[in-house]
Amino acid sequence: MIHRECGVLKTTYEADMALYPLPIARYTIMALAVLFFGVIPLTLHEYYLSIANLVWIAVIGALGLNILVGYTGQVSIGHGAFMSVGAYTAANFATRLDAPWPVNLLAGGLMAALVGAVVGIPSLRIKGLYLAIATLAGQLIIEWTINHVTFISGGVQASIEVPRPQLGAMVLGTHRHMYYFLLVFVVLAIVGTLNLMRSRIGRAFIAIRDHDIAAEIIGINIFRYKLLAFAISSFYAGVTGVLYTYFLGIANYEQFQIGVSIDYLAMIIIGGLGSVLGSIFGAIFVTLLPIVIRYAMEAFGTVFFSQATVHNLIPALRLTLFGTLIIVFLVLEPEGLNRLWRNIRSYFRVWPFAY
Amino acid sequence: MAEDLGFLMLLLSNGVLIGLMYSLIALGFVLVYKATDAVNFAQGEFVMIAGFIAVGTLTVLGLPLWLSVAAALIGMFAFGFALERVMLRKLIGRPVIAVVMATIGLAAILRGLGPFGIFQGTRTLPLPLSDEPFIIGPLFIPPIQLLGGIVSLVFLGGFGYFFLKSRKGVAMRAVADNQQVAMAMGINVERYFGLAWAMTGIVSALGGTLWGNMLGVDVNLALVGFKVFPVVILGGLDSIPGAIIGGLIVGLVENVAAGYVDPYVGGGTKDFAPYVLMIVALMIRPYGIFGKRIIERV
Repeated sequence: MIHRECGVLKTTYEADMALYPLPIARYTIMALAVLFFGVIPLTLHEYYLSIANLVWIAVIGALGLNILVGYTGQVSIGHGAFMSVGAYTAANFATRLDAPWPVNLLAGGLMAALVGAVVGIPSLRIKGLYLAIATLAGQLIIEWTINHVTFISGGVQASIEVPRPQLGAMVLGTHRHMYYFLLVFVVLAIVGTLNLMRSRIGRAFIAIRDHDIAAEIIGINIFRYKLLAFAISSFYAGVTGVLYTYFLGIANYEQFQIGVSIDYLAMIIIGGLGSVLGSIFGAIFVTLLPIVIRYAMEAFGTVFFSQATVHNLIPALRLTLFGTLIIVFLVLEPEGLNRLWRNIRSYFRVWPFAY
Repeated sequence: MAEDLGFLMLLLSNGVLIGLMYSLIALGFVLVYKATDAVNFAQGEFVMIAGFIAVGTLTVLGLPLWLSVAAALIGMFAFGFALERVMLRKLIGRPVIAVVMATIGLAAILRGLGPFGIFQGTRTLPLPLSDEPFIIGPLFIPPIQLLGGIVSLVFLGGFGYFFLKSRKGVAMRAVADNQQVAMAMGINVERYFGLAWAMTGIVSALGGTLWGNMLGVDVNLALVGFKVFPVVILGGLDSIPGAIIGGLIVGLVENVAAGYVDPYVGGGTKDFAPYVLMIVALMIRPYGIFGKRIIERV
């Protein structure tokens, strides 16, 4: 990821597909592990760790969406709703059955996968724009259903309180505990996605994205793999929803409205479609953007506006910048931050000798 | 029983008029899709911006009403033209998700820019109409809805005529049909792309004035855009009669559903029922009632 790949000649498919392209990659990963498992959580203040936790949650969701949109080429504007399915399933399991968190997590993910596969059924008949609108309808219908069915949500505009996850006797109460808790899932999600894309299933996904008719002719069952992509992607989304619920301590439908679906789409577009590293970059970028804007406006905003207007302007400024970034990336750099990163790396590959 | 029938008639008449006003907004979507194959997820925001222009020129600059409506029309015409030149032309030939996301990004920008404008909070856009509804038997018709319905019908008819008869309209249909052949026949394809977006701007300006009068002008005016998708899917993405029929169906369905279901589930059926209908339509007849049957099945 960070190391230079100068003079690497791959002669076998195994070498090309390997998780660690070079021996040094192991050391890079180890260094990153030390950084993220040791240095960051032990040195940063709780507040910064809470921001890091938000980033981790977003990373898992963005990876899931990228499996569907970036790798399989199926648009979904309904991922916010899949997250809410996971969140409410887990919340109901936790409060009604007193189930421990692994059960809730798995139940939330599986329920979201089921709902996602159902919403994905139209992808058999329609694609592109029509699928985008169908998933948008899925989002609005699921949102409405959760909000209006009292059994699920406890009533219109209500929220369900969820007990903190426990490891043995230890309650994961602080942000530092949650940091480790979430980071484990982030690692699982990253390794899971990388390996999925190296497998038969992942190659089928990519074939469907690149040319669906050709994929069908070489014997890929398109419908099955499309539904599988929806299910896997929604499983990630459901897990994201459950983790977010544990992070907040409550399940509330307002956390999963259509804006969230668009945020996640923005993450993978800004980060880079069809790339694991891009999902991570995009999740970091989009999660940190509003926080940076808030700091910047609190520091400099009063120069131009009064104190009261500054607070009104922050969400507006966020929306505007966010939209601008999406368009700028789409027009100028369709492959996103991941491509910028690759450009930097390939510049330094043979540096300082330019040949 | 007579009262029940009256209630149903009231719901139906309201549904027809509201439906026609949906058709007007959906028309903007259809025009762009027909000519350029691009989808506009920012249709509601177009309407919102038009409302902002009308209200801004009316209250801040103190222009008379007809001038501020004219300002909205001209402003939106220029906006549509400029938008095509700056943003959408660069996305020609890119996958659907690129255009979809670009217009979603545009929607975010426009919604974010709203509060940066000259005023905050909801403003009314007064039209010289009385608030007293016309009462015909059980029917209960607010003048603004009647005006909206009439304006919608006039413009839908006008655009229908434009596409069928006028030289520019025929050229635009040629562009929509096959861009390469249109180019070979000496049609400036890019100019017609710009024109299509500008026409969407005009339609949105009318929609903004009418809906702004009914709902008040603020950021939430953009939510009207969510109704566009059921309308155009039901009617067919590239069909002007489809926009009318789709609008009527959506208007009727949501009013009847809201009238009979809302008391049991606690509201919100209005926003929900059209989408259920749309999902059914997508499953059975994805190209809509009047749309071209070119949908690819895989």
